[in-house]
Amino acid sequence: MMPDLFRWSVALLISLFMASSQGAEWQVSELMQLLAQNKSGHAKFVEKKYIGIVEGAVESSGELFFTAPDKLEKRTLKPRTESITLEGSQLIIERPGKQRLSLNLQNYPEAAAFVESIRGTLAGDKTALEKVYKLSLSGNADKWQLILLPQFSRMSDLITRIRIIGSRADVSRIEFDLADGDRSEIIVTQMVQP
Amino acid sequence: MMRRTRLATLGMWIASLVACVLVITHTRFVSDLSAFLPQAPNARQQMLVEQLRDGIIARLVMVGIEGADATERARLSRDLAASLRANPAFIGVQNGEAAVLARDQAYFFDNRYLLNADVTPQRFTTEGLREAIGASLDALSGDAGLMLKRLLARDPTGETVGLLEQFAGDSQPRSLEGVWAARDGSRALLLIQTAAAGSDTDAQAAAIANIRSAFDQLPDRQADARLVMSGAGVFSVSSRNTIESEISRLALAGTLLVVCLLLAVYRSPRLLILGLLPVASGALVGIAAVSLGFGHVHGLTLAFGTTLIGESVDYSIYLFIQRAGGRDPRNFWRIIGLGVLTSIAGFAALLFSGFPGLAQLGLYSISGLVAAALVTRFVLPLLMPQQIALRDLSGISGFLQNLFKHAHRLRLPLAIVLIAAAGLLWSRGDSIWSRELSSLSPVSKADQDLDHALRADMGAPDMRYMVAFTAKEQETALQGAEKLGAALQTLIAQNVIGGFSSPAFVLPSQEAQEARRMALPEEAILKNNLGAALQGMPLKAERLSGFLTDVERTRARAPLARADLNGTSSSLLVDSLLVKRANDYLVLLPLRATGSGPQSELIDTARVDQLLAGSGVAGATVIDLLEESTSLYAGYLHEAQQLAIWGGLIIIVLMLFALRSLPRALRITAPLVCAVLCVAALLALGGRQMTILHLVGLLLVMAVGSNYALFFDSGAQEGGTDAERRQTLVSLVVANLTTVSSFGLLGFSQVSVLSAFGTTVGPGAFLALIFSAILARKQNHAHTD
Repeated sequence: MMPDLFRWSVALLISLFMASSQGAEWQVSELMQLLAQNKSGHAKFVEKKYIGIVEGAVESSGELFFTAPDKLEKRTLKPRTESITLEGSQLIIERPGKQRLSLNLQNYPEAAAFVESIRGTLAGDKTALEKVYKLSLSGNADKWQLILLPQFSRMSDLITRIRIIGSRADVSRIEFDLADGDRSEIIVTQMVQP
Repeated sequence: MMRRTRLATLGMWIASLVACVLVITHTRFVSDLSAFLPQAPNARQQMLVEQLRDGIIARLVMVGIEGADATERARLSRDLAASLRANPAFIGVQNGEAAVLARDQAYFFDNRYLLNADVTPQRFTTEGLREAIGASLDALSGDAGLMLKRLLARDPTGETVGLLEQFAGDSQPRSLEGVWAARDGSRALLLIQTAAAGSDTDAQAAAIANIRSAFDQLPDRQADARLVMSGAGVFSVSSRNTIESEISRLALAGTLLVVCLLLAVYRSPRLLILGLLPVASGALVGIAAVSLGFGHVHGLTLAFGTTLIGESVDYSIYLFIQRAGGRDPRNFWRIIGLGVLTSIAGFAALLFSGFPGLAQLGLYSISGLVAAALVTRFVLPLLMPQQIALRDLSGISGFLQNLFKHAHRLRLPLAIVLIAAAGLLWSRGDSIWSRELSSLSPVSKADQDLDHALRADMGAPDMRYMVAFTAKEQETALQGAEKLGAALQTLIAQNVIGGFSSPAFVLPSQEAQEARRMALPEEAILKNNLGAALQGMPLKAERLSGFLTDVERTRARAPLARADLNGTSSSLLVDSLLVKRANDYLVLLPLRATGSGPQSELIDTARVDQLLAGSGVAGATVIDLLEESTSLYAGYLHEAQQLAIWGGLIIIVLMLFALRSLPRALRITAPLVCAVLCVAALLALGGRQMTILHLVGLLLVMAVGSNYALFFDSGAQEGGTDAERRQTLVSLVVANLTTVSSFGLLGFSQVSVLSAFGTTVGPGAFLALIFSAILARKQNHAHTD
């Protein structure tokens, strides 16, 4: 089938790319050290979801706040306001006119793995990331690409791949490829240089 | 005495004992917790007590599987659940398995158009559809978007999400290896609902044994995997077992102690058996009286019976020892009579207690003591030898007399101790009293801790606040719940409450279901409206054919009934919030606090009451369970305090009336008051908060102690020979020893109500004797000795 063929060729390309970049000796741990220097960050984001049933992209935008070691806030401003704050294993969802919702991510391992991919990367937390994903890195410090592949079937039933692109300690783009063929991309623009 | 009257007396005695035995053989003995649950004074509290006793909450067993590793625990949880589901003794077994979760999701998804209150005719017009679908598309942009998109094709108006939002804030247990687990992951959790009522302790015991044996029979179980259980039924079974084992243990130990003591003093098996006759008669009469008066006898009442041994054996001790000393019988019986009267005055206060257990104890003690005294007065003299040859007690009595001779010198130190005790009590103020009903619970601290842990792991709502009302039929009950639910929504908007649960969330009234079904348009109209609504939207009508089919199917289907919930976890929700009772339905709507702001866990019940008044549902009230139970207990404590004061006053009046002398009455009551103060101060020093049972214990100190003071006083007052006084002293000390030891035994009981008694009356009786020796003798008389 077409999508499968496409996915295979992408995987093939990636592995070739990875193989060619081995020589650069640009290790995951080095990137993580670089990222771990991020003590706080404030960025704008634009997220585009490509959902099969809906024509065109479903777009949203807002701001991201990160405070080391483990606090991440995603404040969506358009098309409707919504804020999720992740601190430790507590996820708080706030929407205007709705009850504030507080979830313990321990109860939702899939959702936890999902958000950990972003937080773990921003925090440079290699251990947390490697619990759920197989990491592979390519490029160099000025332009790197980190690929996260789910290790367990419960996760890979939902997500096939997460791709994170950045430069030095700044993340500029996050892409999620879902198992059903839908995908989502988040473009991040740093507002305050750390 | 003439032979005839003698025979008549003995005949009457034996006949009444036979009658008592007959009554007792037909007596129902209970040992659940109900005796120490207060009878609630108002209807609302009664409703709650009943619900707690017979409702679903009393039928739940929380089970934890500990040991082994998480995978093994999950396997055991699944296997145990499968085994119990096949057992008709259980109507619900939940362990968070994916199968049940899938059934829950299917129930909400399949029945979304019947369950959701948003389903109105307006929603399916072009305008309504455009708005609802627009909101769903907006929701896709949010963080849950990737989850929601799966629903979009069949549920473009977002009914399922709307339904699930009602449960937002309900905490669920953590899931580990596909089943419920403790927060720290250390145990797997199951929630089991028994078919038998919670008040049926035998059935609960059988159910618990069932669970245990099902677990033991699981194949390939690792040795260190073990089962823990908690819940109302588990508590009543375990406390029944504790109470039953305590009764036999205490009765045996108490009897042994008294027998040994009496044998040591009397050195005569005949006197020993005679001495125990009043005790045995008293116990039989007491049990029979309670059985006749209450229809059943509580196990705890029997356990208290050991204390009766301690007091009623005193009469025969006084009789034998003092008679051996040749004391004037008339004067002697007057003192015993007065002692019995003061004891009755003390116990009579209990008769009026709102706690059925205490009232039983009062009746048991009064009838038992009267019987024991009557047997001592009329039967023992007929059976005992004319000349009582007691062992020579002069060595002991001489020693005791020397000891007590100088007792009055201790008046100053006693005054100092007393001032210190009073000062301590005054400084502690109200904090010496325990304010919690649970302080009376016979459940051990370890079991209570396990219960708290399992409850927290389950994420069980604390059910502190709830709205309650009753209705004649299920349909009207559900309609009421819907009406109140709509009203409560405004309180959520005003941030007075955080949320609520309702049985109508999962089982709407037939009326509401019918209205929702009628709101769904015919397929052709819906298709038309949908097409118009989707103009300009990034969604094609062709992709929403599942929506049209689902709506059409709902239009044709029968309304939901309770049976449709079988196999889902929502069945438990409906059963616990919509309680079928003998003549009506009790509906409970638990309220959740907002969880934010300075008083995040509190709800302003006045605001809720105000809303309920205008809701149009008759009799709907908001209940703060913590407040109710605290005020309930405070009411009983207050009642007991007043009863104790009355009991004390009656004892003093009795003394005044019998002795006809204020100074003498004061001399007799002063040691008792001192003993009470000192015991209370000792408890406070030991960090024990006093409960109603301690208070009753203090009253008993006065009742029992009055005998000592009376004899000391009479010995001093009426002269008599030195030998007589010595005999009195010995009898008092022996009587005191039996009381202190039999009550002291209770102090070691694991049942908190019993140990409260023991730790109060044991030391209190001892202090009462010492203080009587110090205070009750007239000073000049002691000097002339």
